[in-house]
Amino acid sequence: MDSAALSMGANEVAQAISDHAAKNGLDVTVVRNGSRGMLWLEPLVEVETQAGRIGYANVATDQIPELFAAGLLTGSSHDSCLGLVEELDFLKDQTRITFARVGVIDPLSLADYEAHGGLKGLRNAIAMTPANIVNEVTESGLRGRGGAGFPAGIKWKTVLNTESDQKYICCNADEGDSGTFADRMLMEGDPFTLIEGMIIAGIAVGATEGLIYVRSEYPHAIDVLNQAIQIAIEHKVLGASVLGSGFTFNLEVRVGAGSYVCGEETAMLESLEGKRGMVRAKPPIPALVGLFGKPTVINNVMTLAAVPMILADGAASYQSFGVDRSRGTQVFQLAGNILRGGIVELPFGITLGDLVNKVGGGTHSGRPIKTVQIGGPLGAYLGVESWEVPMGYESLAEVGGMLGHGGIVVFDDTVNMAKQARFAMEFCAEESCGKCTPCRIGSTRGVEVIDRIVAGEEQAKNLELLEDLCEVMTDGSLCAMGGLTPLPVRSALKLFPADFGIKVEVK
Amino acid sequence: VSNFSEESILNYLGPYKGNGSAVLRSLQLVQELLGYVPDSALDIIAKNSNVSRAEVYGVFTFYSDFRSTPPAKAVVKVCVAEACQASGSESLISELHDKGYDIHKGNIKDDIQMEQTFCLGNCALGPAAMVNGAPIGRATCEKIFAATSAVTA
Repeated sequence: MDSAALSMGANEVAQAISDHAAKNGLDVTVVRNGSRGMLWLEPLVEVETQAGRIGYANVATDQIPELFAAGLLTGSSHDSCLGLVEELDFLKDQTRITFARVGVIDPLSLADYEAHGGLKGLRNAIAMTPANIVNEVTESGLRGRGGAGFPAGIKWKTVLNTESDQKYICCNADEGDSGTFADRMLMEGDPFTLIEGMIIAGIAVGATEGLIYVRSEYPHAIDVLNQAIQIAIEHKVLGASVLGSGFTFNLEVRVGAGSYVCGEETAMLESLEGKRGMVRAKPPIPALVGLFGKPTVINNVMTLAAVPMILADGAASYQSFGVDRSRGTQVFQLAGNILRGGIVELPFGITLGDLVNKVGGGTHSGRPIKTVQIGGPLGAYLGVESWEVPMGYESLAEVGGMLGHGGIVVFDDTVNMAKQARFAMEFCAEESCGKCTPCRIGSTRGVEVIDRIVAGEEQAKNLELLEDLCEVMTDGSLCAMGGLTPLPVRSALKLFPADFGIKVEVK
Repeated sequence: VSNFSEESILNYLGPYKGNGSAVLRSLQLVQELLGYVPDSALDIIAKNSNVSRAEVYGVFTFYSDFRSTPPAKAVVKVCVAEACQASGSESLISELHDKGYDIHKGNIKDDIQMEQTFCLGNCALGPAAMVNGAPIGRATCEKIFAATSAVTA
């Protein structure tokens, strides 16, 4: 029931399997699970056998009788048979912690969730003091997975130590960056992990109310989350006394309304308060003055979803993965023109080239890769000369890149980078909240200046103007929307000046 | 859909009476109920939430999801963001344009309306589209029109 799988016809395939089984009097239970994140294989059907789960890739409805005849139920071989799913290189080589249960369990079965290690972290947390929970998260080295990479434990500590009659946990599930879909897949494929992470956060900082802000473009995720919350309330995982502990935690889904900038945390708070999604000036930080002016933990879905495992297995276990100050695993998302697109959860440190070429298999079109954009529309474009860069917050920053939410969009050699730079400015103009001038006006001027450069009008002068504009936007914008838009623009220009028709040298 | 009374909307917004922080949710509820937000509903929401009409209008115009006119029977969202650009969304968009649909304008033709969107979260199976909430991966004109004819029929 992952929406990427649905987009390839998973509902129809599931229905055809049920229909065929019923018609032929076969004893078949169809379980709708999330996706394994091997999206090029969808719709993927897995059959539970004594040897393990056998996969059948790209199944079409008209193939069902043929697959049954070939022995689908016993996992017999067929052209579309992959063998044991967990033995596939793509999965076998991953370290799935946050995504351990996604694609494996029935997302709406709390029993299935518990049988796969769920609620263990919460039970441990209930037995700990709030300060110890916060310490554990700090020790794990977990950093905010939304993009900024701020240490989660330090944020939690600030909220814990701020006195207030009311505190909030807000989950930022406004996953608007193109090339990212990990939040969506987790919410659709293992919603209880997010719910458990938010309850732990609530107990840790003394917050009784939680809100998940999900974008309206994710109707399936909203639906699954609402059902999961209802189930959690019925089983007393949520509510007046979480698992009988005496702690109260209530959780509610709020839906966005088509604004990209509402993924910025302060704009999200405004939106949660029912207003226009206008960015707030910081300070004060939301940890001190957040939703309705109260201390608020704002974390991304991936950050909160990493928490149950940290509390279940301990900070040291999570901390043992990764490189330098990038600890734990990162859920990379391979997207765009990619042969094997999907979810790749690995410890930080794999090189960009290995991730894109070895794991992802290069482009879907079969043409050479020209560039990749990492970290969404506000992330830099990198060229093949960056293949050796290890994937981590600091290592990417060193080459002018940004990890962001871990999405990697691959482009083949047919892409025109002047067009991509123009699009970055255009997107900013379209989605700017309008509060600060550099972003609101700078982006519009940016589109015009790029057009003049490409048209060959006074190139040297206009390049200088563009550089000046980028500097003002970077230094003068209130938030990352205007502040980071120059990143894709400048990197495109620096790497591929010929696409802009530039005859002068670019600094 | 045009048959609505102030009373029926107020009824629907009941839980948010006097709640100034529920303007966005009120607009969403009205759109869920009617398919769009008629001008008169702005006054009703303002009254119910105890805020000015200007405030409601401000929220209404900020978010691209809201419509002031009824939608077509089939609403198609086509992704225009980077990952789908890398997977050939541009040629899909120009094919749709040739068939009379300008996704940037969102015009209605034959009960179908096509609109641009920035990312549907299906970035490894682009171009991505959505027809009345149902996702389409590796979208083509054929797939899109097959889905729209199922809902307009």
